[in-house]
Amino acid sequence: MKILNILLSAFRALLRNKMRSFLTMLGIIIGVGAVITMLAIGQGAEFSVKQQIAALGTNVLMVFPGAQQQAGVRTAAGSAVTLTEDDALAIIRECPAVRYLSPGSNAGGQVIAGNLNWSTGIQGVGSDYLEIRQWPVEYGEFFTDQDVKAAAKVCVLGRTVADNLFPETSAVDQTVRIRNVPFKVVGVLTKKGQNTNGQDQDDLIIAPYTTVIRRLTHWPNLRSIIMSATSMNDMTTAQKQVSEVLRMRHKIQPYDADDFTVRNQTDLAATATATTDVLTILLASIASVSLLVGGIGIMNIMLVSVTERTREIGIRMSIGARSRDILTQFLIEALVLSLLGGITGIILGTVGSSVISSIAKWPTIITPFSVVLSFGFSIAIGIFFGFYPARKAAMLNPIDALRYE
Amino acid sequence: MIHEITTTPAQKDGVLIQIEHLTKVYQLGEVDVHALRGVSVNVLRGEFVAIMGASGSGKSTFMNILGCLDKPSKGNYFLEGIDVSKLTRDELAAIRNLKIGFVFQGFNLLSRTSALENVELPLFYCSISNKLRKSKGMAALDRVGLGDRVHHYPNQLSGGQQQRVAIARALVNDPSIILADEPTGNLDSRTSVEVMGIFQELNNNGITVILVTHEPDVAQFAKRHIVFRDGKIKSDKFNLSPKVASEVLKELPMIDEEEAA
Repeated sequence: MKILNILLSAFRALLRNKMRSFLTMLGIIIGVGAVITMLAIGQGAEFSVKQQIAALGTNVLMVFPGAQQQAGVRTAAGSAVTLTEDDALAIIRECPAVRYLSPGSNAGGQVIAGNLNWSTGIQGVGSDYLEIRQWPVEYGEFFTDQDVKAAAKVCVLGRTVADNLFPETSAVDQTVRIRNVPFKVVGVLTKKGQNTNGQDQDDLIIAPYTTVIRRLTHWPNLRSIIMSATSMNDMTTAQKQVSEVLRMRHKIQPYDADDFTVRNQTDLAATATATTDVLTILLASIASVSLLVGGIGIMNIMLVSVTERTREIGIRMSIGARSRDILTQFLIEALVLSLLGGITGIILGTVGSSVISSIAKWPTIITPFSVVLSFGFSIAIGIFFGFYPARKAAMLNPIDALRYE
Repeated sequence: MIHEITTTPAQKDGVLIQIEHLTKVYQLGEVDVHALRGVSVNVLRGEFVAIMGASGSGKSTFMNILGCLDKPSKGNYFLEGIDVSKLTRDELAAIRNLKIGFVFQGFNLLSRTSALENVELPLFYCSISNKLRKSKGMAALDRVGLGDRVHHYPNQLSGGQQQRVAIARALVNDPSIILADEPTGNLDSRTSVEVMGIFQELNNNGITVILVTHEPDVAQFAKRHIVFRDGKIKSDKFNLSPKVASEVLKELPMIDEEEAA
């Protein structure tokens, strides 16, 4: 029997019981729709996490002084070495895998401009900081290496700070007072929005780290060093080189632990995406249960259909249908049910995710992968759950089937 | 339309069916039921045989084996020289498809499927173009006088018409034999005669017809009577003066039931 004819007769058989076919398909529709929607939510979450991490710069490495995090626990003589400006200079000098580097020091405080004031964090950084963070200046310009060396009292404002201190005028070339030290505003940064933790990344002031150390913190050591590797692939090399340089400079014995921590954004990204991956898998597995139930629904209806149509099977066999003709016929019927259900489910899932997107403001992403997956899954379900009833039909004895009442 | 004859030794002398010492034993729980106890018979090409007997005489079992729906327990069955008892399930299906046309008591048409589609059904199971299938289906329906009802569903047709659709279905693949199992059992007497008339006409055109019936009236239209009793052939006689359906019809009072339905 030709495949087209089988398909036609399958459609005809399913149309004879429209309501039943629809309800059977509904199981698959809901199952596939749920899988598509859940995958879309999970992948949307993953995407937004990745995007926020990428906003930090994906090839970024950060070094923090270790003793800071273990305060009071291991402060034996000689281990109190922390990050210094010289460490930073040594890293950029000796690590070929590090492209840009910016020593970091920070302070907080009340910032005053005219009759307005604002409480924010002040980050002391090097002149390459914006290269590392890939964060362009919107108005004015960034301070130069010259400014850093001279510990010039210049600063760049985050968007939030600029909007709050200079709501009506341009902030560039104005003066702000941080803890009574006047700083000249040379630029305003572009808006960056919230980070993964929901903090406003634009609520900050950036100034040369030398100035922050001398004028604000009066504490010579660095709080952190931020740097970028020459490329994504050089991340581990860079990390190794930085560790070696610092261990040597800090005179750490081979059997002793680091007194600093090197963190990279890809680790952070991996952790975060691993979390959202778990979320995606969890959501999708819950949804697959309903797909499974849909499949059992198909099997149930196909079994009923085989029993109901035993006589038809007998007639077909008596006029020359072979076992495999009957098998194909019922298998194709199950497959048509699951495929139509699957396609409708994909459409429903797509609509569903965009509805969720617009109502709950969650990002949702439908990837070709999830469509192909659900589609493949519905085919598999049709074959798997359709096979047993179809085989049952094909194995019937022609006379018994003909005599069946 | 006369069936094309390909020559095998068995066909040279016109033997279509050759049955030797056929037995069939069913197992019903602990008990063995001997449905057939050694039946031997030959049927020649072009015969019109009525198989008669009380229920339980083994005639239906015999018919099922003739139709390759069932396999004998022992004995040989040659159909056109082929030893059918040695064939596989799929080979039997092919034999049913190409060499045998069935007509059942309960018509056994597919419901909610048009007359034409019902008639075309056997052609779906052999490789044939859609166009040829359709023309063959139409021709078969024409032959039983239903050329104007091709798109009717079985429930829109009278019993006699349904049986004629079934006969058309049996004819469509140009089979060697038509096997009819109580074809008039569900029909009134006038329609029965009409259906028998179709069988007679087909037989006159060279098609072998074997029919199972328990009604002597119906058997009178056949040329040979085989009577079964307790799984054996009790008698096997030629009916030298079979009734002619078209003449019987003239004597019957007209009842316009069929047209009313």
